[in-house]
Formats: sequence, C-alpha cells, structure tokens
Amino acid sequence: MTPLPLLDVSGLTIELATHRGPATAVRDVGFALARGETLGLIGESGCGKSLTALALMGLLPEGARVGGSIRFDGQELLGQSDAVLQRLRGNRIAMVFQEPMTALNPVHSIGRQVAEPLRLHRGLSARAARQEAIALLDRVGIPQAALRFDAHPHQFSGGQRQRITIAMALACGPDLLIADEPTTALDATVQQQILDLIAELVAERGMALVLISHDLGVIAQNVDRMLVMYGGSVVENGPTEAVFAHMAHPYTRGLLAARPQWGVARQPGQRLPTIPGTVPELADLPTGCPFAGRCAFTVADCHSALPLPVTVGRDHAARCIRIDTVAAAARGGSV
Amino acid sequence: MRHRSFMAGAVLTALLLLAAAVSWVWTPHSPYDMDLAAKLQPPSLQHWLGTDAFGRDVASLLLVGARSSILVGVIAVGIGLTVGTGLGLLAAARRGWVEELVMRLADFTFAFPALLLAIMLAAVFGAGLVNSIIAIGIFYIPTFARVTRASAQSIWSRDFILAAQACGKGRWRITWEHVLPNIASVLIVQATIQFALAILAEAALSYLGLGTQPPQPSWGRMLSEAQTLMFQAPLLAVWPGVAIALAVLGLNLLGDGLRDLLDPRLARRR
Amino acid sequence: MFAAMLRPKRPDDASRPQSPSDARTHTAVALPPDFMGLFLFKRLFTLIATLIGASVVVFLVLEILPGNAAQMLMGPDAAPEAVAALATQLGLDQPALQRYGQWVGGLLVGDLGTSYAYGSPVRDLVLERLALTVPLAVMAMLLTTVLALAAGLYAAARHNRWGDVGVMGLAQIGIAIPNFWFAILLILLFSVKLQWFSAGGFPGWTEDAGGGPLQALQALLLPALALAVVQAAILARITRSAVLDVLREDFVRTARAKGLSQRAALWGHVLRNAMIPVVTVMGLQFANLLAGTIVVENVFYLPGLGRLIFQSIANRDLIVVRNCVMLLAALVVVVNFVVDLLYAVIDPRVKASGL
Repeated sequence: MTPLPLLDVSGLTIELATHRGPATAVRDVGFALARGETLGLIGESGCGKSLTALALMGLLPEGARVGGSIRFDGQELLGQSDAVLQRLRGNRIAMVFQEPMTALNPVHSIGRQVAEPLRLHRGLSARAARQEAIALLDRVGIPQAALRFDAHPHQFSGGQRQRITIAMALACGPDLLIADEPTTALDATVQQQILDLIAELVAERGMALVLISHDLGVIAQNVDRMLVMYGGSVVENGPTEAVFAHMAHPYTRGLLAARPQWGVARQPGQRLPTIPGTVPELADLPTGCPFAGRCAFTVADCHSALPLPVTVGRDHAARCIRIDTVAAAARGGSV
Repeated sequence: MRHRSFMAGAVLTALLLLAAAVSWVWTPHSPYDMDLAAKLQPPSLQHWLGTDAFGRDVASLLLVGARSSILVGVIAVGIGLTVGTGLGLLAAARRGWVEELVMRLADFTFAFPALLLAIMLAAVFGAGLVNSIIAIGIFYIPTFARVTRASAQSIWSRDFILAAQACGKGRWRITWEHVLPNIASVLIVQATIQFALAILAEAALSYLGLGTQPPQPSWGRMLSEAQTLMFQAPLLAVWPGVAIALAVLGLNLLGDGLRDLLDPRLARRR
Repeated sequence: MFAAMLRPKRPDDASRPQSPSDARTHTAVALPPDFMGLFLFKRLFTLIATLIGASVVVFLVLEILPGNAAQMLMGPDAAPEAVAALATQLGLDQPALQRYGQWVGGLLVGDLGTSYAYGSPVRDLVLERLALTVPLAVMAMLLTTVLALAAGLYAAARHNRWGDVGVMGLAQIGIAIPNFWFAILLILLFSVKLQWFSAGGFPGWTEDAGGGPLQALQALLLPALALAVVQAAILARITRSAVLDVLREDFVRTARAKGLSQRAALWGHVLRNAMIPVVTVMGLQFANLLAGTIVVENVFYLPGLGRLIFQSIANRDLIVVRNCVMLLAALVVVVNFVVDLLYAVIDPRVKASGL
C-alpha cells in the first residue's frame, strides 16, 4: 500500500471578489505530493499558480472563497481555524516569496527575523534561537553570519536577502517548502545560485518542494514532476521529462515552441512561433476549456465544459478532448 | 464612499457661501441694531437664535460674520497660492541654490506656528481684519511653496518633460504648459484645506481680539463675548462655534472629496 | 525635521545594484559604517542654523519693522524729547546689528532683559510661566498620543467597517472644531452644568494659596483636553493610514507565513514601521500645540507663557514678546530635533542613507 501523500490537493477552486463581481481564479486543481518529492508549477502571470500556493498556506486575500480539499499529512486544511493553520505555517509548511527586497521587515535585524519562527514554534530562548539562526544563515551562504546577525535588511543585496528568507523558511525544519518564483526578481547570475541552494537544502533535509515559476528552464532543471497551469486550471500534469518530451496539451506545446533556442536552424526572417490571442481576464474566464479559442485545435465541444483529465502516460495526464489529434499532428511534424 | 465626502463637503461649503451672499441682501434683523431691552433672549420666533448681550440678533450676526470668514479664506489663500506657488515652481524649475534657498526659507517659518506669526504681526502693525489676513497669507506662502515644489519636482523627473526639453522648450514654457496643469489638482486640494485653516485662524485671532474689530461681526469675537456670559446665556457660546465647525468641516470634506476625485492615483484607499 | 516630511522616500532599495561578490559567497563582506555620527552632526547643524534664522526673523519683525519702539510705547502724542530720551535709555539708537548681537548674547547667558510693563527681569517672568505651560503641553501631548493611537489602531483594525467609519467621522469633526470653542464647551459642560471643575484660573503647584500638585493637575486637565482633542483627531487619521499602508507591505505577509497571528504581526511588525510617519507628524504638531496654548490659556485664564505673550502684546511690551516668541520657537526646533533622533532610532535605514 502506498504511504499517504504528504500533500493531497483535490478539486481546489478559488473564487476572488473583484470589482466586477466574483471571479473564479482557480478551477478544480488537483495534485499529490509525496515526502521529499519536488513539484513544479508553471504558467503565465495570472494563471492562478500563486493563488494555489497561497491557498496551501491559508493566506488568501480577504473575500476569497475556497472550495475543494487540501490535505496535509492527512489533516484537512480548508476550513481550519486560523489558530491551527498558524501552528503549521513557518513550522511544517514554509513559503519563500518572489520579492526579496520587500519581504523582510526593514526595522528589525535579519537575525531576529530568522530567529522568530524558532522562538514562536519551538519556544527557544533568545540565546538558543540566536545560535541556531546563525547556523542557518551560515548554511545559506551569508558570510560572517555571527557578525551580521544584527545587521538590517537594507545592508544586504537582493540575492542575500533571498538567502535570508530561505533561512527563515527552513528554521523549523518544515516538511514542505513552497517557493513562489524565488528567483524572478534576481539577476541572472544570482538566480542559478539560489536555485542550487534550494535544491541542495531540499535534498539534504528530505523536504517536499513546490516550485512555482514562469520560466521553463527553471522548471526543467529543478523538479521531478510538473503542473502546467492556464486560466486557473491545470492543463497538463506529469513527470518533468515526460511532459517536455510529449507535450500532450496544445498549450504546453505552444509554450515550449515559443522558446528562443540556440543552435536551431532558422531561415532569416522566420518568426519565432507564438501563441495567438491573449490570456483571458479572470472575470471573463470561459466556461469550457480556458485555452479554447487560442488553441489551433479548437472545436465546438471545447467551449462547453472544462475537459476532464485524460491519461497520456504513466502518471501523466492532460485536460484536452482532442489529445489524439494533437499527438497525431505532432508526429506529422507540424506544430 | 468617496463621492459622499465630496457631496457633503460641497453642500456645506455652498451653505457657507450662500450665507455670506444672502447677508448682503437680507438678514432677519440688522446685526448692528442694539436693543438693550431685548438682550440675552433665548431663541424665539422673532430672534431665531436669540440675542446677545447688546440685544443684537444672533442669526444676523452669524450670517454677516460669514463674510469675514470667507474674505479671510479667499485672500489669504490667494496670497499663498500666487506667491507660494510661484516660488515653488521657481524652485523646482531652477534647482540648485535657488531651490535650496527657497526651501530653507520655507523651513524657517515652520518653527513658528501660524498663529504666533499672526499675533506678532498684529502686535507690530495693530489689530484688524486686514492685518490678520496678511499675516495668515504670509504664512501660507511657504506651505504652498513646499507643496508646489514637491509635486512639481515629481513632474519634472518624468520622461515627457525630457522630451519637451529635447524639443527646445525653455523652462518657463515647460512650467506653464506642462508642470502647472499636472499639479493643478494637488493645488486645488491644498487650497481648500488652507481655506479651512484660514477660517480657524481668523476665528482664533478674533477671539483674542486681534482680528476683525467691532462693529464688524465675527464668529470668533462672538465666542469671546459669549464666554463672559456663560452662566447666563450658555447657548450664545454654542452657535458661533457650530458655524465655524460646519464651515471648516464642509471645506475639509470638500478637499478630501476633491482629492479622491481629481487624482485617484493619489487617493488613499479608505 | 521638515526634511523628514519631504524626504522623497526611504533609500530606494530596489535600485541598489546586487553585488557581484554574491557570486563568491564566502568572501568577507565589510559591514557598512554606522552613520550615526554624521547624522547627528548634520541634524545639530540644522538645529543651530534654524535657531539663528528664527532669531533673525523675530528680530526683524519685532525690532526693525515697528520702527521706533519708544515712539510706540509712549504713543503718538508724546513730546519728541521724551521719546528720544526713552530711545536712548532702551538703547534703540544703536545700529541694528549691534542690538541684535546684544540680544542674542543676552539670550545665550540667560539675560532676557527687563520687562517694560512689569519692571521685573523677563527671565523670572518666563520661568514662572513655564511652570504652567510646560506641564500643560506635556499633558496635552500625552493625551493626544493616547487618544490618537487608540483611535487610529481601532479604525485600522475595523477597516471599512462601521467602527472605522465612525472613528474617522469623529476625527473629521474633531479637526473642524476650533480648540478654544471646544474649551468653552468643556467649561459649559463640566464647570457650568456639572460643576466638577472650576471655569478657569490656576491654583499653583505649591500648597500656599490653595494650591498643590493635585489641584494644579486638575486645573490643567480641561485645558489639556481641549488642546488634545483637535491634535488627536489629526493624528488618528495619520495613524490609521500609516497602519493600513504598512499592512499592505510584503513583510507582513512574510510574518504571517511564519505562523504569526494577525495580532502578533500587528504588534511585532506593523507598529514600529507605522510609527515612522506618526512620530514625524507628532513633531510637527508640537508647534501647533504651543500656538494652541496661547489661545487656550486665555480661555481658562491660566497664567502661562501663552497668556504672557498675549498680555505683553496688549501692553506693547516688546522685549517680553520678543524673548517669549524666541523661546517658543526654540522649543519647537528642539522638539523637532529630538523627533529626528527618534526617527533614526526607529528606522535604521535613516542613518545609513546619511540624510
């Protein structure tokens, strides 16, 4: 019998209150994550990936309505009181955010901020927490950690601040780390270092990781499994290699085809393939498949209902009613 | 929510202006008529708000008193707006030592509360409405200068100004054509707020006897006269204060409402 | 002080380049020097410069402008010889610069001259009056702070609900009320109607003549309240908007993600950041508070500094006016200096930017 997954999300639906009325931002998202497993969430801005992450933490904005189920280690999180969720946050589930420049409180020292979860969840004394915080800062690569414990965030660069937030997230040894676009706001050279750091720490501590990004390269190299999101739904879901190899869903296909690539022979003047059209607005999400209309394979039935997941391989599924046609077209050489 | 503020403010301000305007044409009684036999009467059909220590009709006094308040507001704000904005625009356009000088001068005056400056000037030049208006107006110059400079500076740093300069437009033309229209909304809001403060300042000065002189009615002076009679006619001390409070409240609400309407980017989410 | 208000924004974090030394994570990175010394020096310099500037303005307004002070004192009908004699006696025939120097010199050693009207040294007069005005100002400031912080925090916590609307509505009214009228209303209610407090006067801090600390404080309570209400209304609005602004910041979300409750995040993270604009405004408000004491002391017949200034103006006692105004200005400047220092303590970024 397979052990219970650490994280089991099913039918997650999030409705936001916008000034144009309620909008379904996330529709029927489901996935499971085992201990130590890494999962990537990829999609464009506005596809609902950050909201999904916030839902896992219970930190959705006021006015958001959530449906479905999120089970963490067997415990249902949705509908729990804030007190219960507070005990999990920063303790067993931790999150690292996108903007390192503003993620830290400017008036407290970084050491105090890293030590805060230790004092809160493990009840450590100030001195003991300080020791551990210094060790953590050292582990994430902040030089002279003991000296810099009392320094303030403005004295650090963006990359360093992100390391500090990672240290903060790891302080209590969480089972699950959620990293929401942790490197998007950083310089290219620093991005790789941070990703490597996260990968090391995840392996070292056997944490499960949910990594969110809009960058295919980041996803390709850092996670075992991936979810492709569009318009609030998961359109494709499977092991990273398989998804990149087969690209079952037309959106995934379009996404990967749109990458500029070195060494690919192109005729001069030949344009980079793009996906025609634009992402629909949250409040205007169509009832059927969110990609219908922009998709080259659209038919009338696409607009009627959100397609059910269709298995295309081992642990690999995509929401499309025309999977076979798409696959056939791919084999035929056209994109 | 925002519109409510503006509407309420507009209504109250309109009432204030109306009161002053009406007072030119008609008042229930003449505010200068003293009738000692009828002094300190409570509100009645004849005297809607009662009479004061000299038998004058309170309602009429309030209506005519509105004139002083508005006069102070208009002229003081006018002085501050023209001179202060001019200085602020100059500082923002010229930068360098001109800006430093203007701003340092503005800073100095902040060591003096407005009232203190007005009192000092009244001491030197004597009491009276004109002097208090000038004093208040002079104090408003640095206020407007600072606000103007701050907003103008943010406009100057924008790219479209750079484009205008690249076209060969001089600093003054740019100020007039581009900077001023963009900061107009900030200035309008500030002017409304300063108008309200001017009414408060004039009331305080009149209360101290340094503002409007008798027999010209003034809300502030009415309050000081009423204070000596608190035990005999407590209501006398209430009406002028209500008038002042409503006028100031109206202007503040108007200013807040205008701020939300004219420049939604700057509007704080309430 | 006012630089604090105009400070464009906090040092623009996002524009700081990320150091390439990040690539070599274990290279020693020097801690930036603590600029506290430089900060203090700059502030002190501004303080002195402003004091000098203020003294020049006061001198100009009260000495140069009125022309012949002796003429004013004696009135338009006095004989010219008498006026001239008085002028010489007062030292008014000396050049302006010299008079200025003498005045400032006197200020620095504590010699404030002699009052025309009272005939006694101004310094004694002032000290006597300060014994009332300073406690009054302190009480008012305390009341303001307590009222404003409580109201502002409450309104921010009940953002957009009835509690918020109610408190902010009251604040709007509070701003519109003249402080001397509120004082009169307080007297009407508590002295005339309820007879709990006297309608004015000050019994003194010492036991003789019916005074004593408790009686003195009681006499100062209504005046302090009158002063405090208007200031508190303004400060409450600022507090509320400061708290709401900070609540929107990313680091509050980080704090919640660490497992802090709303309340813990509010007290531990939001408050200190929100205090930055609040403290700035409090400093600026002190000037208004002092101006308010002039009026309020008149309402309650309190023998304080404000009343002294006012009476001296009526008496044409320009020496007293000059020195008292300078004293008030100095108080304002010093308080703002302290506020600037506080600012640096609360917000560590201020020192580093060297502003």
